[in-house]
Amino acid sequence: MTDESTASLHEEHDGYLDHEVALPSDSAAHVASRLDPDAPPVLSVEDLKMYFPLKSGGLVRRTIGHVQAVDGISFQVPKGGSLGLVGESGCGKSTTGRLITRLYKPTGGSMQFEGHDLAKLSNREMKPLRRDVQMIFQDPYTSLNPRHTVGTIVGAPLSVHNVVPKKQILSRVQELLEVVGLNPEHYNRYPNEFSGGQRQRIGIARALTLNPKLLVADEPVSALDVSIQAQVINLLQDLQKEFDIAFLFIAHDLAIVRHFCPEVAVMYLGKIVEIADRDTIYSHSHHPYTQALLSAVPDVKQAALGGRRERIRLEGDVPSPINPPSGCRFRTRCQYAQEICAKVEPPLLQIGKRHKVACHFAGELGAHPATPVTADLLGVDDQGSPSSKVTATPLITGPGYEDEWFDLKSKQLTSA
Amino acid sequence: MTTAPLRPGTSPDLDHDEPLLVVEDLTVRFPTQDGEVAAVQNLSYSVELGKTLGIVGESGSGKSVSSMAVLGLHDERSAKISGSIRIRGREIVGLPENKMRKLRGAEAAMIFQDALAALHPFYKVGDQLAEAYQVHHSSASDRDARRKSIEMLDRVGIPQPDQRINDFPHQFSGGMRQRAMIAMGLINDPSLLIADEPTTALDVTVQAQILDLLQELQREFNSAVIIITHDLGVIAEMADDVLVMYAGRCVEYGTTKEILTHPEMPYTWGLLSSVPDVTASTDARLIPIPGTPPSLLNPPTGCAFHPRCTHRDKVPGDLCFTDMPELSPAKANAAHVKRCHLPDPDAIYQDVVLPEIAPDLVKDNR
Repeated sequence: MTDESTASLHEEHDGYLDHEVALPSDSAAHVASRLDPDAPPVLSVEDLKMYFPLKSGGLVRRTIGHVQAVDGISFQVPKGGSLGLVGESGCGKSTTGRLITRLYKPTGGSMQFEGHDLAKLSNREMKPLRRDVQMIFQDPYTSLNPRHTVGTIVGAPLSVHNVVPKKQILSRVQELLEVVGLNPEHYNRYPNEFSGGQRQRIGIARALTLNPKLLVADEPVSALDVSIQAQVINLLQDLQKEFDIAFLFIAHDLAIVRHFCPEVAVMYLGKIVEIADRDTIYSHSHHPYTQALLSAVPDVKQAALGGRRERIRLEGDVPSPINPPSGCRFRTRCQYAQEICAKVEPPLLQIGKRHKVACHFAGELGAHPATPVTADLLGVDDQGSPSSKVTATPLITGPGYEDEWFDLKSKQLTSA
Repeated sequence: MTTAPLRPGTSPDLDHDEPLLVVEDLTVRFPTQDGEVAAVQNLSYSVELGKTLGIVGESGSGKSVSSMAVLGLHDERSAKISGSIRIRGREIVGLPENKMRKLRGAEAAMIFQDALAALHPFYKVGDQLAEAYQVHHSSASDRDARRKSIEMLDRVGIPQPDQRINDFPHQFSGGMRQRAMIAMGLINDPSLLIADEPTTALDVTVQAQILDLLQELQREFNSAVIIITHDLGVIAEMADDVLVMYAGRCVEYGTTKEILTHPEMPYTWGLLSSVPDVTASTDARLIPIPGTPPSLLNPPTGCAFHPRCTHRDKVPGDLCFTDMPELSPAKANAAHVKRCHLPDPDAIYQDVVLPEIAPDLVKDNR
C-alpha cells in the first residue's frame, strides 16, 4: 500500500480512525475492560480434554500413545467479558481455542454455549452455532486467501450462512470494513496490497461479519509491529464495547493480556494452574509458575529507574505432553517441589472469591508454606501417601466460582 | 576498555584510541525495479569492548540491514554501501570477500533470529559447530573441534552436551536451538557479537534464560554486543546505549537510562507509550502511533516521521514537512542526540506525554 492511499484512508474515515490519534481527552474517556462479577457466563467449559493420537510408522499404523494437549480444563467466559489464556508455547492454549471453535472435536468434557454442548454436536448441528463463535487468527499473512479479494473474504461467512441476499453482501462488507477502520472502497483489493496491521483488521472484519457472541482471538497481535499492536488492541476493545462480544484472548504477552482481560487463566502443559481476576494474578499470584512467568517479563520502567527485579529462573524446558510428569506437571521445574508433588496431582482449588490455584504449596511469592496446604483435603499425609487420620473432602471443581472457598490461612471453608 | 588483552589474529594496525566497532556515515542502498531503496542512511555509532548497544525500530527501519553490513553480508552486486565501518580500526567497507571471510566468525559473529532457519537441517549440530571452529583454526583436528564443540554446548547450558552434539537441529527445542546458535557464534571467541532479535521467537521464560546467558557470556568473554530488537523491555535489561532507528535513519541515540527516562523524539515516545506495562494502570488506553511505517521507495519529505507525529503542530512553521532535522544534542546531555525540530522536547515529554503513559513516574523524574 502506498503512502497516498494510507493518507487518504485516514482523511476519509477519520470518524473511525479517531481513536488512533492520541488525544488526551480520548484517553480520559476510555473505560478499561472491567470485571463484571454478576455477568452470566456465555461459555462454560468443564473438564475439556483433547488427546491427539500418536501413530506408529509402518503399514499398520497403530496408536502408540497420545499427546495430551489439553487435559481436563474448566473455565467460564462471562457475557461481554474477556478471559485471557496465557502460557508457554506447547501448553495447549491454541488447542483450547480451536476446540471451542470446534475446529477439533474434543476427546472429552463439555462446552456449554447457549444451551448447547458444543463438544457433543455433530458438524451439521454445529453449523448454525458457528455464527456465534468466531475466531481471529495469529498470522494475518497466512490466514487470508491470497487469491480472494477482501470483499470475498469478508463476505464469505454471509453467503455460507445465507444471512442476507447475495445483492446485499457488498454493502454489509463495506460497512464492516468501515467498522474496523479500513477504506470500504478497498473491497476489491487483494490481501497482499495491505500491511500487516491492515490485514489483521481484515481478519477481524471477517470474524465480526456474523455478529458473533464469542470471539476466540488466538495471539491477535503477536505478528504485528509494536506501534501497530496498540492500534489493533484499541480496536478490539472498542468493538467489544460496541457489540458486547465476549473474548477468549489467547496470548503469550503477559502485559497485553493484563491490559485486555479482567480475568486471566495460566496454563501449563495442558492444565490450568491458576485462574483469577487481573489484580490477583498480577499482584498476588499463588502458583510458582505464574510467579516465574511474571518475573521473566522484561520491564522498561524498572530498568529506566535503575533497579532490576530479581528473576525466578526456570531451568530446562517444558516436559513432553506425550508422557507428562506424574502428580503436579510443573514439579520438574519447580523450586518448591516435594515428595507429595510427584505422588498426588494438586486439584484446581478455589482459594479466594475469584481465585483458583492448583498447587500443594500455594502462597504468595516468598511466602510459600512449608507443608502442603492440600494434604488434609485430599486425605493424604505431608508426603502424599494415603493417610488414615484424615478423610478426603469431596471437592467441587465446577467451571465457575463457588460462594464458599478454602481459606489458606485457617485451612477451612469460608465465604465472603 | 583499552585494557583488553591482545588477541591472536588481530591486525597490526590496531588503533588503541578507537572503540572496537566504529560505524560512520553508513548508507546502504538497494537498486530495485521500482527505484532505489535507501535502507540505511547516514548512520553512525560506535561500540566499545564489554559494552552493549541496543538497536530498536520497527520492521523495515534498517536495523538488520545495517548490522548485516558490519559483517559484510550484503552482495556487492545488489547493494551499494558507502561510509565507513571499522572493526579494531580496520575498514570493512570494500574489503574483498576472501579477507572478509577471515574476519567473519573470528572477529565478529552474528546470532540470527530464527535458529531453525539459520541452522542447517541436514547436518548434526556438533558438525555445524565443528565446521565453524575449523574454518578459523585450520590446524585443529576433527577431534579437537569436536571437543571444543562439546565445551561450547556445555558453556551455553545444554544438558548432556556429549550426547546432544549428535542431534539434528529439529531434535532441539526452540530455546536449545538458540543456545546452540549462541555457542556457534562464540566458538571462535569473537570480540563483537551481533544478536539480531535473539529472543523474538521464544517464550518469556526462555527469553529470560537466553538474555541472562548472553549477559553472563559477555562478562566472561568481554565482548562487545549489538542487540537488535523491537522490544524496549529487552533493551532496558541488556543495553548500555540505545540507538532508535526510523525509516533507515538514526532518530535518537544515547545511554539507555537517558533514552528511557528523557526521550526527546516523538517516535521514541510513541514506542514507549504503545507497549502496555505489567505494572501500569489498566484504565489507561494504549496510545498507538497512528498510521503505518513509510515506504522507503518514496520516503516522506522533511522529517520521515512527520506523517505519524502527533506533536508536529508544536513546531513553528512547516519545518517538519520541508526540512530533515539534523541530529542535535539534547539539552541536558550532549552525548544524547536526537533528530527532531521540537524546540524543547523534554518539557513536552514531562508535561504532556509522561502523565499519560506513566502518571506514577512524573514525580520521580523531576
